[in-house]
Order: sequence, then structure tokens, then C-alpha cells
Amino acid sequence: MLDRAPLLKVADLQAWYGESHVLHGVDIEINEGETVTLLGRNGAGKTTTLRSIIGIVRKRTGTISLRGTDLLKLSPHRVATQGIGYVPEERGIFATLTVEENLMLPPQVAEGGMPVDEIYRLFPNLLERKTSPGTKLSGGEQQMLAMARILRTGARLILLDEPTEGLAPVIVQRIGEIIQTLKTTGFTVLLVEQNFRFASKLADRHYVMEDGKVVDHFTSGELDQKVDSLHKYLGV
Amino acid sequence: MLELLGISPIQLYGQLVLGLINGSFYALLSLGLAVIFGMLNVINFAHGALYMLGAFVAFFALDLLGLNYWAALVIVPLVLALVGVVIERTMLRRLYQLDHLYGLLLTFGIALMLEGVFRHYYGSSGIPYAPPPELVGPLNLGFMILPIYRGWVIAASLVLCLFTWYIIERTRLGALLRAATENPSLVQAFGINVPLMLTLTYAGGVALAGFAGVLAAPIYQVNPAMGSNLIIVVFAVVVVGGMGSIMGAIVTGYALGILEGLTKVFYPPASAIVIFVVMAVVLLVRPAGLFGREA
Repeated sequence: MLDRAPLLKVADLQAWYGESHVLHGVDIEINEGETVTLLGRNGAGKTTTLRSIIGIVRKRTGTISLRGTDLLKLSPHRVATQGIGYVPEERGIFATLTVEENLMLPPQVAEGGMPVDEIYRLFPNLLERKTSPGTKLSGGEQQMLAMARILRTGARLILLDEPTEGLAPVIVQRIGEIIQTLKTTGFTVLLVEQNFRFASKLADRHYVMEDGKVVDHFTSGELDQKVDSLHKYLGV
Repeated sequence: MLELLGISPIQLYGQLVLGLINGSFYALLSLGLAVIFGMLNVINFAHGALYMLGAFVAFFALDLLGLNYWAALVIVPLVLALVGVVIERTMLRRLYQLDHLYGLLLTFGIALMLEGVFRHYYGSSGIPYAPPPELVGPLNLGFMILPIYRGWVIAASLVLCLFTWYIIERTRLGALLRAATENPSLVQAFGINVPLMLTLTYAGGVALAGFAGVLAAPIYQVNPAMGSNLIIVVFAVVVVGGMGSIMGAIVTGYALGILEGLTKVFYPPASAIVIFVVMAVVLLVRPAGLFGREA
């Protein structure tokens, strides 16, 4: 594992929203097949890190490379086609599109995406509601839809931004099962979470962010020794 | 009943047809404006001038190249689409990050320049453009006689409006357009070339204006002022229908055309302002427009 080059390598990433400097040097490495979380309080820069990787935040310096390809040099619509799927915070379901149109919207970026029949088997609610407007779904269904539409594209690296935010515990559990399935089928997942208990059950490793920097990094095995400092970082 | 009001059915039907004709142009133009505004957030003040340019290109095609009306119906939208690509790529694109006002000022400037140039060379009296011989003559509908060309204009614009609606509301390309209208950066993050879509949307809206210009040439003559006469009413239509609403633009276009026609029958002095009165009322009662989504 250690001698392999990481699938995704982020090094000394700095990013700006207009004039405001939000990321001050983020270093993250993810190996193929790993599930890694970004932890941290609101405003620590977790979402900005994901948005910088996928290319929505344009003003960036440092390194973001996927299998050796420099993503910083690519125009925004070429990043996803490298095989990255993005599930944004608040799901990003389009109100003027039906459930089915939402599902079919992202173009395929690689072979081996989940066939639509299988998606509907996995998420029967989406099939039932396929002609209703996307935002008429419940929050949990919208989250399923946001994840399902990415599974269709064949992307093998998934950026998941707070998939459990504002959802009922039973739905959170369901989303946990889905991420677990992704993990066992070889997907690589970068998960942003506030819900540490949720993240700790799924992830292999954790990065902690504070004030736009990565301030700590540990594996799930080291969790017990880290509990006190985590409480400090996350303010829980 | 009508006789009691001193209105002959012939007069009523005649004004209804005129209203439908005007409505056809309102609908075609406001449809393009609504699509462009929805995607690009640009209030395209040049729309009327581009409609006028469409009529002039049809005239040049006939005069210089001998290309007839039917050829113009195909070629003019393509030429205008190309003009749209050039405007979007070289100028509009630089303004997307700025306030709406800059796009409006730029396109207003383009409109003034286009109109000024054509007025300089062709004066303000119109140039006649003959309708195609196939469409000359009367069409007896039983209750009234309709010039064939007018019937054609109504039918052609209706078909084109519904076709555009279908593309936007019922196809994958349309789903991409609607999604990019809502959240362009997310659509881009899914791997779709949004800047290219913006260019094509502007080109498509301008092509619709060009098509309308060719349809209009045999009715209103080819005149440098034909666009500026129309554009203010078309803006009122878009406001009434709701900015960014496709079906709203189409339905409101025809409805206000008919309303204007009926006003000419029942109370002629008000016909020039009735659309603006409706606009003022709609703005007061339902600011998002009749078909617009409340923000």
C-alpha cells in the first residue's frame, strides 16, 4: 500500500473566494479503494477543499493530481471526466428537472457505471417518483438521488459532502449502508462529515481541518488515543 | 350581440387575425429573450435589432444572391446564429461576472449601432419584400377571408414555438439547459461544457429572432426601425409572462397580441397602451409574472 502512488494527491492547496483566502495549505492523500473523511468544524474549509478538487473554486495554487494528472490545469468540465463524481452539500437536486432527468443528467465518465435498472432496484422510491420534480422528494430521497446519479456515471472516486446533514437517524443508517457497499465494491470515497460517529464507522483514515489547514491525521485504529484532541477540534 | 355594440364580425375577425400575427412575433421574440435571460442572465436589448438584421439578410440574400424566401428561412437563422456566436464569444462572455446592467448596456449599444448603420444606408422608409408566390392569395375560412401568407405566419410561429418548448422541456439537451440555468457550476462539475452551452443558447435565441425577421419581411417590409418598434412591447410580454419562463413567454405573446387586437375593435384609442397597462397590473399583483416562479 505504502509504495504505491496515491490515487488522489492534494499538496499545499491554497484557495480563494474572490479576495478572501480560505485554504492555507491542505495536504491529503487517498489510495485507491480507501474511504477517507475530512473532519472539522463549520468553516474549517472542508467543503472548499472538495469544491477546489472538482474545480468549482477556480482560484487555487498548489497540487491536485489524480493518477498523476494535474487537475489544476484542466478546465472545470474536464475534471469530472477524469473519473470523479461529486455529491455536493445540500444535494444539488435540480428543481426544474424531474427525478429521472436529475438521475440521467451527469454524463458517463467511464465504463462500468451502475445500470439504471440496478439503481432503481437499489432505490425503489426513485422509480416510483421518477416523473415528479426533483425537489418534491424528501431530504433522504434527494440524498439517495444525488448519490445514485453519480453511481451511474462510472466515476470511481466519489466526493461526498455531508451526506447525512439534516436527515433522520434511520435515513442516516441507510446512507451508511450505501457507503459501506461502495467501499466493498472498490470505490474510493472522500467524505466530508460533521457527524463523527457516522464517519468513524465507515472510514479507514481521517483528516482534521481547522482554519483552512489540515491539522491532524490518523487511522481509525488510532481513534481511541485521539478522542480528547478530537473533542477539542470539533468542539463537541 | 356584436351588432348591438356597432361592431361587425368582419372587423372583429380581422383584428383578431392581426392580433394573432402580432402575437406570433411577440411570442417568437420573447421566447428567445426568455431563454437567453434564463441561461445567460443577460437582458438582450439587441434582440429587436437582430430581428431587423434577419429581415435585411433575407433582403440581401434575394437582392445580391437571388436566394428566394424559402432559402432565406433556412439561411438567415444560420447566419444570425453565427452573429450570435461572435457577439457572445467576443463581448457578452466578458460580462457574466458583472451586474445585469452591463449586459443590458452592451446589447443596447449593439442595437443602436446596428439600427444606425442600416438607417444610414437605407433610410427610414421600408424596402418591400414580396411574399413567396406559393403563399399569395386569399384563403376562405368560411367566416372570413384570410390572406394565405398571414395564415402561414401564424402556423409557422406556432410550430416553431412549440418545437422550441419541446426541446427545452422534454429532451436531454433541454434538461441540461434547465439544470445549467439553475446551478451552472454544479452542471460544469458533472463534466458538461457550460460555456459552450451559453454560446449555443445565445446563438439559438438570436436565430429565432432572425427567423421572425424573415417571416416579418413580407408583412411589415424591411425597415431599420422594425426592431425598435417591437422590442419594447416584447419586453413587456416577457415581464408579464415571467422572466425565464418558456411556456409563459409563448402563451403571453399570443394572448397579448390578441388582447391588443380586441382593444382595437372595442376601444381603439387604448390599443397602443393596453399591453403596458397589463404589465403594470401584473407587476403590482404578481411581480414574478403570470408564469414565473416566485423567487
